[in-house]
Amino acid sequence: MNHYPLWKNLLILAVVLVGLLFALPNLFPQDPSIQVTGARDNPVTDAAAAEIAAAMENAGVPVKDVESLEGDKLLLRFTTPSEQLRGQEVMQRTLADRYNSALTTSPDLPGWLEALGAQPMFLGLDLRGGIHVLIDVDMDAAVDQALERYAGDIRTELRKQKVRYLTITRDAGRIAVRFKDAASRDEAQKIVRREFRDLTVDTGEEGGSYFVYAALPPQLQEEVKGFALEQNITTLRNRVNALGVAEPIIARQGERRIVVQLPGAQDPARLKELLGATATLEYRLVDTEHDVQDALDGRVPVGSALYRERDGRPILLNRRVIVTGDQITDASAGFDQQSGSPAVFVSLDGQGARRMRNVTTENVGNPMAVVFIESRTVTRMVDGEPVKERQRTEEVISVANILEPFGRRFQTTGLDSSEEAHNLALLLRAGALAAPIEIVEERTIGPSLGQDNIDQGFRSVMIGLALVVVFMALYYRVFGLVADLVLVVNLVLIVAVLSALQATLTMPGIAGIVLTVGMAVDANVLIFERIREEIRNGSSPQASIHAGYDKALSTIVDANITTLIAAVVLFSFGTGPIKGFAVTLFIGILTSMFTAILGSRAVINLIYGGRRLKKLAI
Amino acid sequence: MAPAQILKELDIDFMSKRYIAAVLSAVVLLICLASMLFRGFEFGLDFTGGTVIELGYQEPVEIAEVTGTLADNGFPDAIVQYFGSSTDILIRLPPVEEGEAASAQRSDEVLRILGEAAAGDVELRRVEFVGPQVGEQLREQGGLAVLFALIGILIYVAVRFEWRFALGAVAALVHDVLFTLGIFSIFLIEFDLTVLAAVLAVIGYSLNDTIVIFDRIRENFRKMRKGSVIEICNRSINQTLSRTIITSGTTLLVLLALYFLGGAAIEGFSLALIIGVLVGTYSTIYIATAMAVWLGISKQDLLPTPVVKEGEVVDDRP
Repeated sequence: MNHYPLWKNLLILAVVLVGLLFALPNLFPQDPSIQVTGARDNPVTDAAAAEIAAAMENAGVPVKDVESLEGDKLLLRFTTPSEQLRGQEVMQRTLADRYNSALTTSPDLPGWLEALGAQPMFLGLDLRGGIHVLIDVDMDAAVDQALERYAGDIRTELRKQKVRYLTITRDAGRIAVRFKDAASRDEAQKIVRREFRDLTVDTGEEGGSYFVYAALPPQLQEEVKGFALEQNITTLRNRVNALGVAEPIIARQGERRIVVQLPGAQDPARLKELLGATATLEYRLVDTEHDVQDALDGRVPVGSALYRERDGRPILLNRRVIVTGDQITDASAGFDQQSGSPAVFVSLDGQGARRMRNVTTENVGNPMAVVFIESRTVTRMVDGEPVKERQRTEEVISVANILEPFGRRFQTTGLDSSEEAHNLALLLRAGALAAPIEIVEERTIGPSLGQDNIDQGFRSVMIGLALVVVFMALYYRVFGLVADLVLVVNLVLIVAVLSALQATLTMPGIAGIVLTVGMAVDANVLIFERIREEIRNGSSPQASIHAGYDKALSTIVDANITTLIAAVVLFSFGTGPIKGFAVTLFIGILTSMFTAILGSRAVINLIYGGRRLKKLAI
Repeated sequence: MAPAQILKELDIDFMSKRYIAAVLSAVVLLICLASMLFRGFEFGLDFTGGTVIELGYQEPVEIAEVTGTLADNGFPDAIVQYFGSSTDILIRLPPVEEGEAASAQRSDEVLRILGEAAAGDVELRRVEFVGPQVGEQLREQGGLAVLFALIGILIYVAVRFEWRFALGAVAALVHDVLFTLGIFSIFLIEFDLTVLAAVLAVIGYSLNDTIVIFDRIRENFRKMRKGSVIEICNRSINQTLSRTIITSGTTLLVLLALYFLGGAAIEGFSLALIIGVLVGTYSTIYIATAMAVWLGISKQDLLPTPVVKEGEVVDDRP
């Protein structure tokens, strides 16, 4: 009686050993490190490692180790955070043009553990510090833009086919093309139907005019929205990557939201500026034929538009754009060779370069203006309802005479600071957002608070554990010690599962672990109370143990399944930190059932099994 | 000698006091409900929207000074308070009013202003910004989560036990949730997302207790030939009493550790759980069990249903 077969003991032992193995990486210290990636077109090769090591040695910064990582990355390990920061300085001072560097930490694992794929727990932003933002993508605007594109295409097509129309407008989610007579309307309807098969086309008559209506069918609208979200994620990823943060997370959340998480990032203002901005450049010729004063009085000539320079001076520009931001393939920040003022160096794609060359060749000696366009979305509360509004600013940042025809690469000056030049270059490089975005949630945790949270969390787990361990040992004696042993094993298993799954550990997650420690003994308490009861009823010690475990089993399972239900509901409804709590609670319940039922039984069997007993120490 | 003996042979007549308890619970719950209706909650940032900024200074800082600096720079409605120590402050910006731009950029502005005022001697510890749309969604999701947890549990208990038990269990859970929420409303303790998570954990925990006693009642119904329903319930509660006290005790031990050592961020969370564990223990006996008794559980309901053999079906056609 009370004897587990060998295979069962071995199985439990194996689970515990595997658990220990996967929990082990958490004991190793984290090295302050720098992750190095190649800046544009600059691969990280073996030579890079030597080059960086040499640069560090020159600057007198001791490097603990240089490792190459997957995906063309290098990892520089340092012994202290201050050496890490000095290393970062060296990187930025001497090698910034060729390599991006990002601060991170990396566990100093022995090779064999690394080979097993064991890693320490993945800490959430509230524990390691960093920035979390939730971004809302304006889907209606995405659909609007698509409609705008179609309207333009229809206009071009009708012109090409020489069908006369009066106006093309967009209203209530559809395009309305107005015609003078029914004949051209019918002609146009045929063309639109033929050329734009994915649109739903309709006709109508109103106030003596004839209309063709074109709208996006629902399925196409969904496609447009999905595309806008994907495109925005790609663009945001490009922008975020340029910030130099190790392990950024950019992921879709739900229908129209994007989560951006930057572990260790420190400057939320800069991040938000970069994420939200939709800055671009436009190159236009200056209208020198007309008078600015006339335009200011309201007589803006056809073919021109009134702009303002940075200092507020008005200027007339040609309506036709030479080159837009879409045609820019690369951009980098630097300084003008002659004046030393901040500049952005721009490269154009083939089409843009051709146009630029043609226009500038024809206009040597004439002034050309660079327009800086920035737009961001804000929400205002009107009558208690949030209303989205887009703010667009257009400024002429530079006007200069064309000295010679421009080629594929040229520079633009007139920016306020080198930081602005830097940001603009980054935005031009990363591409435009497909739809306007707005930040609807931000959580930034400074590094000191993160460390405080870890310390406090660790301390509460340890003290909570100690209190329970002492109490159980006093109250249930030998059985209590067994419960303590399996409780500690349970904690190890929770850590192991969290590490193996790389589930995010958050502060509420730690709270979940603490709660599990308190509740995990419940199963053992149920069993031990049953055993005591059986003894009181006069059963033999061995029979009492057997009956205790047997009878408590269904109660334990029932009680735990209901808590599991609560954990699952928490997980599916919760966001961020709450999910962390649900995950540890869920894992904790499963591991505690294993340790409290099977684990404690195995130990009790080893101690008491197969012996003649007069009394139990319970 | 060992404390093990203390709880050995108790025979407390819990059930005889069930009417007093019912009246007591009803009065307390009415007070809680009234408070929730008329006083409402001190909702945290998660639900109201707005901005919270935590800053750490090198030297102790005067609240009035910070408030003044902010008011002079366009934030007259910022609420500033100490957070833990006199070098740490918490700044709350209310959710944006009509006509104002509600944007994530307001916190950056505050940081810039205070950073300049303190000549760089200030460290950013935390920024939380929640837009109005998100706050509304979180409130809605929170309510739904509690509802779905209750429904899931109702179904599980009804399948595993019997509908009278399921109703009793859910009544106890509703009691615990209302009581915990009521305390947060009466004392206007800040109610944020972590507290909501704690309320859901309370549901799980309180049910744990209830299931243990129901399990024992079912077992005793099948085992004990003699005894009324009330006697059997009393017997079951007494038999599981030491387990109830010890588990509640160990859980409370760790929760107290969490409350005092876990830091300000999860104070509300631990408090909600402490309240929940205490009231959950009470409600298991006086709400869940009493309600099942009141609904009329009987031995027959819990005995395994006899299988009707084929051929024994009475043919009642004429």
